[in-house]
Amino acid sequence: MKLSTEEVARVARLARLDLSEEKTEIFAGQLHNILSYMDKLNEIDTSNVEPMFSPVEHTTVLRKDVVVKEHTRDEILSNAPDTDGQYFVVPRIV
Amino acid sequence: MSSIIEKSLTEIHSLLIAGEVTAVDAVKACLQQIEKTEPQIKALLAQNGEEALKLAAEMDKQGPDASKPLWGVPVVIKDVLATKGITTTCGSKILENFVPFYDATSIAKLKEAGAIVIAKANMDEFAMGSTTENSAYQTTRNPCDLNRVPGGSSGGSGATVTAGQCFAALGTDTGGSIRLPASFCGCVGVKPTYGRVSRYGMIAYGSSLDQIGPMTRTVEDSARVLSVISGHDPKDSTSVNCEVPDYVGALNKRTDLSGLTIGLPEEYWGEGISEEVSEVCQNAIKKAEELGAKTVPVKLAMTEYAIATYYIIAMAEASSNLSRFDGIRYGHRTKNADELIDLYTKSRTEAFGDEVQRRIIIGTYVLSAGYYDAYYCKAAQIRRLMRNDFEKAFESCNLIAGPACPTTAFPVGDLTADPLQMYLMDIFTTSLNLVGMPGMSLPVGIGKDTNMPVGLQLMGPAFGETTMLQVANVLEKNLPDFSKPKMI
Repeated sequence: MKLSTEEVARVARLARLDLSEEKTEIFAGQLHNILSYMDKLNEIDTSNVEPMFSPVEHTTVLRKDVVVKEHTRDEILSNAPDTDGQYFVVPRIV
Repeated sequence: MSSIIEKSLTEIHSLLIAGEVTAVDAVKACLQQIEKTEPQIKALLAQNGEEALKLAAEMDKQGPDASKPLWGVPVVIKDVLATKGITTTCGSKILENFVPFYDATSIAKLKEAGAIVIAKANMDEFAMGSTTENSAYQTTRNPCDLNRVPGGSSGGSGATVTAGQCFAALGTDTGGSIRLPASFCGCVGVKPTYGRVSRYGMIAYGSSLDQIGPMTRTVEDSARVLSVISGHDPKDSTSVNCEVPDYVGALNKRTDLSGLTIGLPEEYWGEGISEEVSEVCQNAIKKAEELGAKTVPVKLAMTEYAIATYYIIAMAEASSNLSRFDGIRYGHRTKNADELIDLYTKSRTEAFGDEVQRRIIIGTYVLSAGYYDAYYCKAAQIRRLMRNDFEKAFESCNLIAGPACPTTAFPVGDLTADPLQMYLMDIFTTSLNLVGMPGMSLPVGIGKDTNMPVGLQLMGPAFGETTMLQVANVLEKNLPDFSKPKMI
């Protein structure tokens, strides 16, 4: 399947990436090669095969819903690029 | 001092406990070796020398603690694992200034066992790569030949162990990222069963594939580190709650390989392997037979689909995992955005490298409406067929063996322009991550054409680490000694 530059640009937008025209062009070629290679999976009939999403297929682990204060506010804010000392600061939304 | 770094982890630990070497001596010896070798091999990112010396001095003051299996032992950690108070970048500019305020469970366990973290190891950005050339900071060189790559993505961990900068390093293996650099650098690298070691505090790449494991210069050293980091962790819901065997104690229970059957998959021993790798690995198998092992052919028919299956699943999971990097709570934030979506997009575009962007885009594509069934779901179905293959193969053998990689370490820059060719280097390692079973690379010889190390891959059934380590230990004792540091 040929991947168009428009399609690469669209998927990049969905992934919140902004590619230059030149990079979109290069990626389209590389992604085309990679996806064509992946198409070889169609050689196998998997119609009755249950998909396996993880090697550990145990049931969901449940625990008591107890509030635990593991980290302080200062710790959580310590790596943020911008804070007011209490909250993460983001650009105006509305 | 130099004699200290030539010891194995097990040897240095005995000397430390006996008081013949102090923790400060051990740390100093490693720091000296780092100073000497690091300008050329560039295996490390953040260094923690001063803090390590301080901690060692405190430990010495209290005296050795024989109950701690890593007391006083300097170790290096792949930069994908959160280490409290030490910059953790994951090889990416997006986490350039990230200093975790907590330890990954595996690090907490190492510290509890008495290990001293002296540095973080370089890696391919977000563990994506097979050569450590995708690091945003530097290209690590192979200590056995500085013109060659150390393998990836735990190339920094492999190189630091082989160069004698530390006695053990932790790596992570999503599609072969421990086994490949172990093979290229000539050290021992173990990928445990999925669920054996907690992934809490590891910056996730492919969550259903990632495992943390040891890289050391001997099998016994790996067994020791694995014993420490294994076990159930309530903080990781995929961590498995079953008993951790005494891996170190088990090693002495076997001195030959009688009664064991090793499966040789025809798919791993045929075309596509370089002559020198084939020769060295075949000699190792002959040695195993001399030592009493029986070998049988086994079939892993899905091997040719492993790379495609692996990359679909890994990239899908990566695109999802990496969505957390949005420039708000941690990591790089652009200076040129005045609205929110723009802030996300510019921050990510500025700070993610090309390979990471490529994988995010493919991952997003294969998960998008209309393609999910054709790619992701299809890959997950083939993943099950692959596990069936392995389970069937293990009905007729205790272990499976083959080369860890089709070639020895190749020159820096050889494959950087062609991502698909790079992905194909993982042909023999990815299957095991998909099925979740344990594997390791053991140095078994030197290739005659390149004069570089060759790794034999041993693979076991789920939670079959003990037998795997026993066999590796017997082989190691009967093959030439590769445990001394290179580039001394």
